[in-house]
Amino acid sequence: MAEAGRLSLPAAPAPWIDPVTLVRIGIIAGVLVFWELIARSGLLYRDVVPSLLAIGGALVKLLSTSDFYWNLGVTASEVGTALLIGGVSGVVVGLLLGGSRLLSKAYEPYLYYLGPTPKIIFFPVMIMWFGVGPGSKVAMGAISCFFPIALSTAAGMRQIDKVLIRVGRSFRANAWQMATKIYLPAMRHPMINGVRLGLGVAIIGTLLAETKLSNRGIGFLIIQAYSLFDMPRMYAMLIVLFVVAIGANALVGRLGGLGAIRQS
Amino acid sequence: MTAAAIARSRGVPLALGFGTLVIAILAVEVLIRIGAINRFIVPLPSQVALAFERVITEEDIGERFRLTFLEALTAGVMITVVGVSLGILLYRVNLLRQATETWVAAMASAPTVLMYPLFLVIFGRSAWTIIMMGFVAGLPPVILKTVEGLSGTRRVFINVGRSLKLTGPQLFVKILFPAALPTIFVGVRLGLIFTLINVVGVEFLINFGGLGQLINDLAERYDLPGTYAAICFVILVSVCFFVLTEWVERWLRPVD
Repeated sequence: MAEAGRLSLPAAPAPWIDPVTLVRIGIIAGVLVFWELIARSGLLYRDVVPSLLAIGGALVKLLSTSDFYWNLGVTASEVGTALLIGGVSGVVVGLLLGGSRLLSKAYEPYLYYLGPTPKIIFFPVMIMWFGVGPGSKVAMGAISCFFPIALSTAAGMRQIDKVLIRVGRSFRANAWQMATKIYLPAMRHPMINGVRLGLGVAIIGTLLAETKLSNRGIGFLIIQAYSLFDMPRMYAMLIVLFVVAIGANALVGRLGGLGAIRQS
Repeated sequence: MTAAAIARSRGVPLALGFGTLVIAILAVEVLIRIGAINRFIVPLPSQVALAFERVITEEDIGERFRLTFLEALTAGVMITVVGVSLGILLYRVNLLRQATETWVAAMASAPTVLMYPLFLVIFGRSAWTIIMMGFVAGLPPVILKTVEGLSGTRRVFINVGRSLKLTGPQLFVKILFPAALPTIFVGVRLGLIFTLINVVGVEFLINFGGLGQLINDLAERYDLPGTYAAICFVILVSVCFFVLTEWVERWLRPVD
């Protein structure tokens, strides 16, 4: 009741814009102004650092051509197939390793140390095995995403609360029921993280393979822009690529309910 | 010996893993010899083993290794100096940290290696393109882990420093930095891994430099045993590098 009579100062009005946003806007504006000044100064070759207007024009032109969307479709289908193959095999291997301490100790060190090696060095072998077409690009993406997904799944399997497993067994759940009702729901968080990591490296693996040897896909368009020294187009392509990659990553997290898991 | 005891033992899983590898290699050798696998696509493992000596002696692998090592080392020094400095700056200026930390994290997951054609235009087909690609890829984890390490310093350490009337720089040098060092090294280790991956990858892609170029060269000459041997060599170098950095990280980690 003592609180009832207390006089309090009126709350200070919220600032029109919070300081963090202001700093962000300042940094972005600073970078853009610096870029434009460099482009206009002639300190660097104008073609290497084109003006923002030229990049904006190239971006609009790029997004209004059907050719770009066709190539984007090619890359997306390669990455999707790679993620499916690498992801399914990664989950299966991860479940096997996570479910058996013997298998984990016997084989996981190989995955652990092979995981961070540069996968692009396998590209000549993939060309021999799958040809110069989309097959070798899919294989590169699949190899790239296999390791993080397998290791995340194995780690997730080991982190499952033993009580949940005992509950499943006490209900006499069979292997399929244990997998679908206990293991997979309990491992959702590490698996989604694995798929997110896997998606990122699958995109990189596929696109790098396309830049090395291909006649279609976004990687090919980037290297074509480099060959023609069409720098505004290359910058535009990189901007689109970064937006697509970060967007796809966020989408996987959202579809998997990563935010909800974190909040709970 | 029970199944649990077998799993707990050190020798049995090691033997199982290594034995499986040997059996797989022998199986490939047999399958190629009986014609089940095309030997013009997959070389005989015995030929690959023999090619190791040829690759080491004829392809000047020592010089190539030195080149890749120097590129990775230069990029490694750069990510450490720049990354730790930026991390300290973000720790000191909280507003800047709040504004940019998510950007740095986004940069860590962005496919920066795809910018290599851009770096080719800026730096030309030279070692600097490779070094800068390694630098860009390895920088974010060092910044993030430096901020994390400095922010995670136990309050009691800082209070002890203040009670001893240490000045700001003294507090940083004697308390904050040593306490954050293990976490900073985790970031440097991650950064070095990304750097090495990118250095070898870009060497392969632009056909310039050391070990990455060697694989590209051998593949273009259609020297299959040599290509496989070079790939195995690069994997071996990577694994040795990871084991070494992991060992240093464990050595630096404080005892709980």
